[in-house]
Amino acid sequence: MKKKVLTVDDSRTIRNMLLVTLNNAGFETIQAEDGVEGLEVLENANPDVIVTDINMPRLDGFGFIEGVRRNEKYRAIPILVLTTESDAEKKNRARQAGATGWIVKPFDPTKLIDAIERVTA
Amino acid sequence: MDMNEIKEIFFQECEEQLAELESGLLKLNDGDRDPETVNAVFRAVHSIKGGAGAFGLDDLVSFAHVFETTLDCVRSNKLEPTPDVLKVMLKSADVLADLTNAARDGGSVDEARSRTLIRELEALAHGEAPAAAEAPAAKPVAAPHKAADPVMEKPPVNEEGFQPIPFSFGDFDEEPAAHYVPTCQVVFRPKKELYAKGNEAVLLLRDVSRIGEMSVYCDMDSLPPLDKMNPEEAYFSWKISVTTDKGEDGVRAVFEFAEWDCDLDIRTIEEDVAADAAEDEELPMQPVPFDLSMLDEAGPAADEEPAVESDAAAAVAAAETASKVAQAASRAAENAKAAASAAGAVQANQAGQTIRVDLDRVDRLINLVGELVINQAMLSQSVVENDNNGTSSINMGLEELQQLTREIQDSVMAIRAQPVKPVFQRMARTVREIADITGKSVRLITEGENTEVDKTVIDKLAEPLTHMIRNAVDHGLEMPEKREAAGKNPEGTVRLTAKHRSGRIVIELADDGAGINREKVRQKAIDNDLIAADANLSDEEIDNLIFHAGFSTADKVSDLSGRGVGMDVVKRSIQALGGRISISSKPGQGSVFTMSLPLTLAVLDGMVVTVAGQTLVVPLTAIVETLQPEASAIHSFGASQRLISIRNSFCPLVDVGRILNFRATQANPVEGVALLVESEGGGQRALMVDAIQGQRQVVIKSLEANYTHVPGIAAATILGDGRVALILDVDAVVAASRGQSLKQETSLAATG
Repeated sequence: MKKKVLTVDDSRTIRNMLLVTLNNAGFETIQAEDGVEGLEVLENANPDVIVTDINMPRLDGFGFIEGVRRNEKYRAIPILVLTTESDAEKKNRARQAGATGWIVKPFDPTKLIDAIERVTA
Repeated sequence: MDMNEIKEIFFQECEEQLAELESGLLKLNDGDRDPETVNAVFRAVHSIKGGAGAFGLDDLVSFAHVFETTLDCVRSNKLEPTPDVLKVMLKSADVLADLTNAARDGGSVDEARSRTLIRELEALAHGEAPAAAEAPAAKPVAAPHKAADPVMEKPPVNEEGFQPIPFSFGDFDEEPAAHYVPTCQVVFRPKKELYAKGNEAVLLLRDVSRIGEMSVYCDMDSLPPLDKMNPEEAYFSWKISVTTDKGEDGVRAVFEFAEWDCDLDIRTIEEDVAADAAEDEELPMQPVPFDLSMLDEAGPAADEEPAVESDAAAAVAAAETASKVAQAASRAAENAKAAASAAGAVQANQAGQTIRVDLDRVDRLINLVGELVINQAMLSQSVVENDNNGTSSINMGLEELQQLTREIQDSVMAIRAQPVKPVFQRMARTVREIADITGKSVRLITEGENTEVDKTVIDKLAEPLTHMIRNAVDHGLEMPEKREAAGKNPEGTVRLTAKHRSGRIVIELADDGAGINREKVRQKAIDNDLIAADANLSDEEIDNLIFHAGFSTADKVSDLSGRGVGMDVVKRSIQALGGRISISSKPGQGSVFTMSLPLTLAVLDGMVVTVAGQTLVVPLTAIVETLQPEASAIHSFGASQRLISIRNSFCPLVDVGRILNFRATQANPVEGVALLVESEGGGQRALMVDAIQGQRQVVIKSLEANYTHVPGIAAATILGDGRVALILDVDAVVAASRGQSLKQETSLAATG
């Protein structure tokens, strides 16, 4: 069965890159544009893993991760954070919020797939 | 979708982000201190940086990074967004736009300027005030070559003290000398937080097994009896022995995501010891009750608080980051508050759902609807012609069809309608640049940015508008000292307004400068042989002289507006859009330029007339009134000129058939109809046509693709009966009547 990935990113460019990369790697992909939409989509999506950006309007990545971890049904889902230049402070905050791991930008398809493989069965 | 398409999307997105960035900065400039505004500005730059990084656009990334760092200081209230700071930021936004364009179109950027700004931004990020009297040293001189070296030399340090550390995997190569493959002994004891964050011990063990030969022992000693067991607690730990050429660091890399939430001890052991250890571990490797489903149950730990605490503790352990974490936490709280307060507004904005459509598709639809309109008209006509006692149901159906067609047409046109906002925003930059260069202090006020108009009109509006803005600042506004001496605010104001008025869009550009110096204009016109030295001109006529070709009142040709492009070019481009431009000026109080443009270039309301057996369409917007001339009102003037008197004023009579060479001699005015039209420059002319057929909306079909430009004819259309009718270029006809006749190729067969 195809693994399902939920991506949350406000940048159309990055969303498209994620979509192409994930589809090429044989994942099923669902996308949301910010944290609020991410939480909405999550309810019926039942993804295997979530990839989220940090800087987003309405609800940022930290808030989104906390929201997922509060959700009885999805709290154990692996969440990967897209961060820039291995920014230690952001990584730290993402971890506190409950992120499983991170992918360092600039966006690299290999790194992305690799990280997803690491946190999913 | 391939990478090129995504790149195209990226540049589209950049446009949007740059617009967002600029409007945000302008809001801040106006004193808006809403944290969400700052966040939006930060996000815009951040997004551009993120995408640029993915495409390897290094120049863009490095500049965006410096910019972002400084914006982050504003976001965290370390830097007060004073007007001076914002000035630097607005300029940076301009450079960012230049870099984006250069990345897309391969053009060059002004590197001196971007380097200066990088320095200024870095200075701001380090808490230095911007130089008060900034010399406009960064004159935009396009660098001839795009230099190979990136704009930024050293990696910048952001306010967290974060600095990218060069990291090399070369270290790994040193370790495995010869064929020695080290064995690592790992003790891995997950905390419950590890599971709470979605990590999974089984997966980590799987990954360890992938880097080398692994044996594993699960320690379940701390597992309590079932009734005492907390399903969210972590009770297991593992002892792993792995032989891998990736060494200790390779093993540690596997635990990269998990190392904060577990006790992890990794050590390399000697080969022989490793062998012993491996043997020792053979025994405990016996099947142990190791239920994976139970592990899954244990995984999701709900309570977050311990997680946060322990993580915070870890952060403290990480020594110097501690205080930064506190800062981060307080900032998070702030952000959350800001997000909450702004949520309403943002949601309101997002209520209007949009989709993105390729312009070609819309254009195809518009073309089809145009055909539909023509077809519907033809159908109506043939029903009327063939069935004079037509049943009422057919007629009613036709009427409904007509109404629907009209509605479809309007809706399709609405798809192409876009707010003028992007063009207005571009003007803000133009004002900044020229204010910098001229040393004038200028404030641009825009109103009615959301006024919508057809996209083609918008696209073609930018150039004339830019030129007019330059003129307004360069020639219109006085130097600050002069303004102060005249008792005005030293800061000049340029006001750009858009509004809808009777089916057209009216754009006004007003400055509060000195107004037109009529004496000077008049003298210049005489010097340039535009008018006779003794010509008696009204103020309005003098003002309109500035639209004449080759006219410039500036004593010295300045950098910006003196590019050999005069207001005549502006006027021509506005006319090419089917628009009109006029000026009104008050000495000492400033000038107002008013442009009136059609909302769309695809259809127009026209009056269908007959001239010498040909059917022509005259744009309704040009017509002031129509009248039936009486013989007593016609007066001859000179050899062939005739005037018509209308309510005690005389107006030149222009025979359209003669001008277009449809006939060799002038028609008798009394037998025809006169269309009173307003021509450029304020004067009126009476156009003579033979008869009026009616008034209708016609679909404009350009002739230029097939016939090049036809003087006197703006375009063509297809009428209901299938015939082609030419659309009259009123201004060209009026100009031709003034003396210079249209070129010979004018006489074209008008029927198709």
